[in-house]
Amino acid sequence: MIRKNASEMAAALAAKEISSVELVNAHYERIAEVDGQVKAFLHLDKEGALAQAKSVDDARAKGETLPPLAGVPVALKDIFTQKGVPTTAGSKILEGWRPPYDATVTANLKKNGLVILGKTNMDEFAMGSSTENSAYHPTHNPWDLTRIPGGSGGGSSASLAAFEAPLALGTDTGGSIRQPAAVTGTVGVKPTYGAVSRYGMIAFSSSLDQGGPCARTVLDAALLHEAIAGHDVKDSTSISAPTPKVVEAAKRADVKGLKIGVIKELQGDGYQKGVLNRFNESIELLSSLGAEIVEVSCPSFEYALAAYYLIAPSECSSNLARFDAMRYGMRVGEGDAESVMNATREAGFGREVKRRIILGTYALSSGYYDAYYGSAQKVRTLIMQDYAKAFAGVDVLVSPTAPTTAFKIGEKSNDPLAMYLNDVATIPVNLAGICGMSLPSGLADEDNLPTGFQIMAPAMEDQRLYNVGAALEAALLSKWGAPLLSKAPVLGGAK
Amino acid sequence: MSSLTRAEVAKLAKLARIELTDSEMDALSSEFAVILGAVDRIQGAPLADVQPTSHPLPINNVTRPDVVIPSLTPDEALSGAPAQEEQRFRVPQILGEE
Repeated sequence: MIRKNASEMAAALAAKEISSVELVNAHYERIAEVDGQVKAFLHLDKEGALAQAKSVDDARAKGETLPPLAGVPVALKDIFTQKGVPTTAGSKILEGWRPPYDATVTANLKKNGLVILGKTNMDEFAMGSSTENSAYHPTHNPWDLTRIPGGSGGGSSASLAAFEAPLALGTDTGGSIRQPAAVTGTVGVKPTYGAVSRYGMIAFSSSLDQGGPCARTVLDAALLHEAIAGHDVKDSTSISAPTPKVVEAAKRADVKGLKIGVIKELQGDGYQKGVLNRFNESIELLSSLGAEIVEVSCPSFEYALAAYYLIAPSECSSNLARFDAMRYGMRVGEGDAESVMNATREAGFGREVKRRIILGTYALSSGYYDAYYGSAQKVRTLIMQDYAKAFAGVDVLVSPTAPTTAFKIGEKSNDPLAMYLNDVATIPVNLAGICGMSLPSGLADEDNLPTGFQIMAPAMEDQRLYNVGAALEAALLSKWGAPLLSKAPVLGGAK
Repeated sequence: MSSLTRAEVAKLAKLARIELTDSEMDALSSEFAVILGAVDRIQGAPLADVQPTSHPLPINNVTRPDVVIPSLTPDEALSGAPAQEEQRFRVPQILGEE
């Protein structure tokens, strides 16, 4: 049962072929079996999960009408607060903190009867592309345990690929849902900015951060998307329009007559050959399904990475000022408040976080503000204009999700710039506030590791991602004969 | 503009309230030469007459009805405090002695 899709699990639960308690226990057994190798989780909440599972089972026994995913387990990225359950965002500065409230996403999961198995590992405060920046431990890619599972949401992506959970939550500031999905052979969606509440989601870069679903199939992601999205009065940037009908779109899966734009600037130099091969094959498949393929140019994307690495650190230097040793979290050092703050932030933050806070402080400082932060905000306008122009002629845009497959743990950890380059294809989506999806496109010829296919759509047109993604997924599935993850190495005991 | 001296890093660290060690300052100073070299690329973008975008959504002044709703109890709000006293956060000395 743990290798089934979430939608299949939901159907089995509804048909009373299995109880939620049994399903949750099966996942904890799997976690006990493989998480010593994968290390996807930072914390497990067995007691809370089993209580929730039992209450769903009881409600079902009474004949109550339940939401579609009621009783299905889910893994929650440790950036979302969960009342009474340790929440660290992968940082030592929050070690042991138990939030007194639920994030809106967490509350929505509970309301929909989903069962939260535990909190997944991540790069500290979501800053990174490999999960190596977690203050606790790295997470290992189930496809090759010596490699990274992507980041910052590497714990969530690895938990799906290792069949420790059928669904997971991520957050995407520059690609932290989509790039982990790409390198683990899973599906990840960054919804339109403002579609999923940021309340209780520990802030990194507020104008870019967006929570979203991670799953093993496009339909599963759609089901989770509808469970978590929606207007929230607690988030002033929450969109009040109705959530696009993404489940319906995932079921439609029809690209006939659609125009698909291939972004010229997101391929070529720096992209691994096997990644491009799988990307081009997927394009051919979409064409054979009746879509019209055109090439599109987005000339300003050349400046996207630079703009991102000014805007995100600038916003983070402000957001992370809240970790001041006064109201919650770590407190170390002696003397006055400022000395305690200085000592606590030195002890509590890791290298990448300090690097970005200092960089952001610099970019915002008087004399440099216009040249750096100001210029980056103008580039943001240009990127939005590039997208607007492109979407005037096509329904969706596509590119590889990440330029390479999963690299070795340790390979790039001392070269921040090489790490940043991983996000080159995912960042423009965040800067423009539009939506994007990554789904598996196959295995690269060079290393037999998963490659990702990215689909982008205009703001609040998320259903287009699911329609095109599901069509491509179905075509690839019939080509392969089995889901990509069935080709991953078997972890744990032989079963 | 595309590199930072150790003294500049020290000043930024002070502004950011992080007590960096000597070796961290050395490392950051050399890493910034590379990172700033990359972000400096932005100076070549055609930005004349371009309006800045601070945020992807065209919204401002979002309000909600002014009604009292349940919120954290004092105990809950203080539950993560490093130190507390008489239902308040206990913090190190902020102002001088005088």
